[in-house]
Formats: sequence, structure tokens, C-alpha cells
Amino acid sequence: MTRRDRVGDAAAQAGVRLALVGSPNSGKTTLFNALTGLRAKTGNYPGVTVARYEGVASTSAGSVLVEDLPGTYSLDPISLDEQIVTDLLDPDAGVHDVPAGVLVTLDATTLSRSLGLLAQVLQTELPVCVVLTFTDELTRRQGVIDLPALGRALGVPVVSVTSGQTRDLTALRDLLGDPSRWPIPAVLPPTSPAEVSGWITSVLSSAGYEIPQIDARTARVDAVLLHPVWGTLIFLVTMFAFFQMIFTVAAPLQDGIEQFFGYLGSLVETYVTIGWLSSFLSGALLGGVGGVLVFLPQIALLFLLISMLEGVGYLARAAFLMDRVMSKAGLEGRAFVALLSSVACAVPGIMATRTLPSARDRIATMMGAPLMTCSARLPVYVLLIGLLVPSDSRIGPMGLQGLIMFALYLLGAVSAMLAAWAFSRIGRGRSGPLLPFYMEMPPYRIPSVRSVGVSVWSACLTFLRKVGKIILVTTVVLWLLLNLPARSAVELTSAGVDANDSIAVSTYVIDHSYAASAGRFVEPVFEPLGFDWRINIGILASLSAREVFVATLGQVAAAQDPADPSTALRNMTVEDGPRAGEPLFTPPVLAALLVFFLYALQCMSTVGALRRESGSWRWPLIAFGYMFVVAWVMAFAARLAVGALV
Amino acid sequence: MVSTRLGQRVIEAYDVTEPGSPINLSELAPGRIGTVLSVRDDSGSTTSRRLFDLGFAPGAAVKVVRRAPLADPVIFRVAGYEVALRRVHARLIDVAPAP
Repeated sequence: MTRRDRVGDAAAQAGVRLALVGSPNSGKTTLFNALTGLRAKTGNYPGVTVARYEGVASTSAGSVLVEDLPGTYSLDPISLDEQIVTDLLDPDAGVHDVPAGVLVTLDATTLSRSLGLLAQVLQTELPVCVVLTFTDELTRRQGVIDLPALGRALGVPVVSVTSGQTRDLTALRDLLGDPSRWPIPAVLPPTSPAEVSGWITSVLSSAGYEIPQIDARTARVDAVLLHPVWGTLIFLVTMFAFFQMIFTVAAPLQDGIEQFFGYLGSLVETYVTIGWLSSFLSGALLGGVGGVLVFLPQIALLFLLISMLEGVGYLARAAFLMDRVMSKAGLEGRAFVALLSSVACAVPGIMATRTLPSARDRIATMMGAPLMTCSARLPVYVLLIGLLVPSDSRIGPMGLQGLIMFALYLLGAVSAMLAAWAFSRIGRGRSGPLLPFYMEMPPYRIPSVRSVGVSVWSACLTFLRKVGKIILVTTVVLWLLLNLPARSAVELTSAGVDANDSIAVSTYVIDHSYAASAGRFVEPVFEPLGFDWRINIGILASLSAREVFVATLGQVAAAQDPADPSTALRNMTVEDGPRAGEPLFTPPVLAALLVFFLYALQCMSTVGALRRESGSWRWPLIAFGYMFVVAWVMAFAARLAVGALV
Repeated sequence: MVSTRLGQRVIEAYDVTEPGSPINLSELAPGRIGTVLSVRDDSGSTTSRRLFDLGFAPGAAVKVVRRAPLADPVIFRVAGYEVALRRVHARLIDVAPAP
């Protein structure tokens, strides 16, 4: 149990648990981050897979546990996601322990709409505290609100919190400690639609509310960004620049990390004199950790860009531009978010399909999402593209490496859409009710540094934890598979190997290891793709996580030439069969590998997520099976095509 | 239960007579403004209740802001914010166009 968990448990035992409710774009998550900082943890609601965010906030009366509920426009649920929010707040539902109090974030610029959600939250008769956000923007757009009057009209505490203002947060923290002391409205707001409209009008007029002017800046920017021609062009350019940046900006940082771990490895080899231990420490442990840490800059940059685009408000515009295209794939615009999340990792992407109302759309999106290029494929692509073309080759002003990377992302996205389309055709006839598609277009805003930072931090942390749990274990197990059974000097001599020649010894050990047996066993399956047993070891190992492929190949190569693994990879030759003696990583084989990794479901975490979300083993098995067949066929085609070109 | 109470809501039509013959929201041209008269229940009342919660309340003013490059979806300004709906759902909302 980590320290964080204990902190959470302590606050839970203290009994004060608050729920944070608000619509998307209402500044809810920014407030959550401001209150709880980096002390937040993610989990799941029992029995379902909707992400649960909890954090501990300090108040003047001690720590309280704050739970950030999924953003919603209404407590009248139309999806499983929304049902959870409603059940969590409803004492009558009896599903969960209700919180001691509810914090409702209301965007001051959209009060005419968001008071409707507040009316519904007040219906639960839980103590409610309103956090009014974006009051600075309201003022800038010539809107007016009288905070004390709003508090009197609503009958609940109202605090204005402008992002980044610690003074506002102090006032809020004073309130949070004891929700039982919050005032409760004398009369509950109505439920019937006509009466709710009347209630909103009367609350707003008591609070002297004047609707803000249309944000002129947003209107001007939208005129360009949503323009039929310029908007579409800018969308494509943005996405293209996105991937070029991840490639070029991260490169020097990655070189630094690589050199650092190379230096650590040389220290170990100098000071640890026991041969096998030195090899284990530098090869398995440092090699495994360093080989994955090296991709942290890229992952951090990816999440930095995604969270900035989201915070600015461009992601909603992108989904708006993409909606019609998504509908061609038999999906709705919301699926764009699930597929886009899959660019980071298919696991959250598959979980995001919960927001899709119909079961058919959910399954169709899940079957396509793993084909989107996830961050775990990035290390594999970087390694293989690096072997395929030199870093300085260019086509016009564009780097060829970045261009290939972009093509792979594009191919992944198109394939995901085609798969979703095919599965939505197959699933037709069992469709659920037609539910509305809607998407708020928030004004363009400058995201808070803290929110972006927390997003990047938690993405990196999640990646590192995955490294700790899966990749490191796999690397160590693989090192053992590659180096066992151990060979005695007598055995080596009788096999004609000079026991003093370390390269000859390690080559002999690997060639006769358990891993070699496994790699050779599956060789007939992959032979037509040009893969030899060493690549097969990597493919088998990458089932735990794709990025393991990089560590495995690195280890195989390091055994051949520890001083310079990447040159060793480049110079590797086929050991047996008709191609014996020829270079292993020829352009056709590299192309086949890239395409294989694009399509194959080489990720047990994704299989697990599919199992949970679809409720049975049927869909994950179908996904694994169809993706393997497509991967094999497409890799074979890529090998032939590139072979014909080169 | 709160969800049961909310699920039983019926969106009543706006009973004030507006000038001009009513059309559905998907027919309103970009730049035009209309007053929401009713939200129909063609595809199950869940949709009309959600449209109401999004601000498309009978009596509210709606402005058509812009259409997507491929004509669908459409961004509307209602209740002080902008929201995109597909035309198939905009068709459920009857409006009286402002002159």
C-alpha cells in the first residue's frame, strides 16, 4: 500500500467525503486538481469500469476526501456513466454511501443552462455548496452577477473560485471541513420542466444576472478554425505538427537518458566483478529500466499537447469537424474522443466507450480502438524507423522519419475506422434506442499550468508504474530465459566454443536458451514475414506490453555486442534457413514488422480491458484473433510491396 | 428516487403564440434566431428531456451559429453557450423563427 492510499483511507475513516459535480468544461477538474494537487488517485467504481478520481484536500477542519465525479449535464441518466453519478448522489438508490456534501461547479458564463443541473442536485437533499467558476471571464464579457444575492436566492453557500487564485481557495477550504453546517434551501427547486425554467429565471433575476456578451475572441477564432476550407486545413496541419513535434523535440532528451544509462551500465561492469551478476544488473535491470525510461520524454510531450489542446478548447472543435466522418464509420462523434484517447493508450480509450449510449456503438468502437497508434507502439516504431531510414533523410522540408511515423498514425486511424465500420455493420439489428449526440463548444481559454502539469505527471506516473510492474518483470524473466540453462566451461569447450571469448560464449548461450527454443518453435508461422527466432522472441515477449519488444531486441543485440547494441541490431544477420548470412533487418522485413505491430493486439492490458467492458471473453478473443490474422496478412503484403520497391 | 422523478418529466410546449409559422430547428439558416416552441418525443422521451437539460427549453431563444464543413452537425447558441447537435436531433425541436 502506498502512502497515498493510507492518506485516502485516513480521510475516509474520518468520515467526511465530498463529491464534486459539474458539467464538462465547467472547471471541475481544474478545481479538483487545485484542491487535491498530486495527491489524487484513480480507480474504478465497484462492478463497473467508470474511472473514479479521489483526492485528499486540506481544510481548516482537517482533511476531507474529495471525489471527482464524471462530468454531466443532467442527473436524468442516458448512459451507464451518468447512472453512476445519479446513484452516487441519491440516498434512495441505496447503491453507494452518499457523500456528506456535494460541491457543484457552475460556469458563471453559462448559468442559464447550468442552474438546471444545480436544481437536480438540490433534489437529492444533500448539503450543497456552489463553486462559481470563470467569474473573471463573465466580467470581461460584460456580464454581471451579485454573489451574495445568488447565495440568498439559492439558499446554499456560493463561493467564486477563479483558477489560480489561492485566496478564493482559502475561502472554499474553510467551508469544506464541515458540510453539515452548510445552509440548506428552505424550499426545494421544482422538477417539472416549465417550473424549472421559471425557477432559473427568478434566481438569475434575484442575483442581478446579466448574460455575458458573446466572446468576440472565440467568435473570431472559430470563424477561421471552423471554416470549411481553412478549418479543415488547420486541423490536418495541427495533427501533422503534433507528431513532428513529438519526434523532434523529444530526441535530445532521449539521447541524454540513453547516455546516462549507458554510463551506469559501464560503471556496473567496472565495479561488479561477478560475471553473471554484472551481466544481469547492466543487461536485465539497467537495460530494461533505461530502455523504457528513454520514451518518457515522448509520452510527456504527447500528454502535454493533448491536455493543452483540450484545455484551450480545440479538441471539441476537432470532434465537431470529425463528426460527419465518424458517422461514416457507423459511429457517433463522441467515439472520436474514445479513439483519440486510444492514441495515448487503448485501455482508457476502451473505457471511454462507456459514454456511448448504444451497445452496438460501444462494441464497434472497442473493436477499432486498439488499432489506433498507442504510446506503447511509439518506442517500437521509433526503433524500427531508426533502423529503416537515417535520421537526416528528408523529403523536401520534412524529415522522412517523421513522415513515416505520420503515415503509421494515419494508417492506424483509418484501419480503426474501417474495423469499427465493419463491426457496426455486423452488429446492426440489435441497436439500442437513438440517443442524442451533443457537444459543447467552450470559449477558447488558456488552460491552467497546473491542470496541464497534473495531466502530464499522472500520464508519466501511470506509464512508469506499468514499467515497474510489467515491463521490468518481463525483461528480467526474458533475461533469464535468454541466459538459462547456464553453461559450464566444460560444456562450452566440448561444443567447440572458446570460454574466454565472451561474445562467442553469449552467442552460444542465447542460441541454446529456453527463449531460442520458443522462438524457433513459432518460426514456421512468422517465416513468410521474414522474422527469425530472435524477432519472434520479441513478439512473444511484447504480448505483455508492446514496448517490451524494444527491451528484448536490445537485450538480444547487447549479447552480441554490448558496447553498441544499435549497431549490433543493424548488423544482425539471418542465422539459418534460405536467407542465412543475409542482413536480418532489411527494409522489407522492417516494413513487415512495423505493419505487424500496427495491427496485432500485442497487449494483454487491452485484452483485459475488453474483457471487463464487453462483459465476456467473446469480444477480446474475436479482437485478438481478427487482429492477428489482419496483422499477418498486411505484414506479408508490406514485405512484398517494399521488397518490390527497394 | 431522483432519477425516477426526473425520468417522468414531460416537456410541455410553449403556450405563448409567436408570430410566423413554426419550422424545425434543422431548417433554420445559419445566423437566424428562433424561439423554441416544443421538443418532440419522436425517438423516445429520453432525447427530449436531455435536449431540455441542454438548454433547449420551450420559450428559449436559439441562434444557428454555423454548420460543420459537411453540413452536419450544427452549432447552436442557446442559454448563453454554444452546443453542437446533429440535424437529426435538431429536427425534434420546433421553433418560431424571429422576423
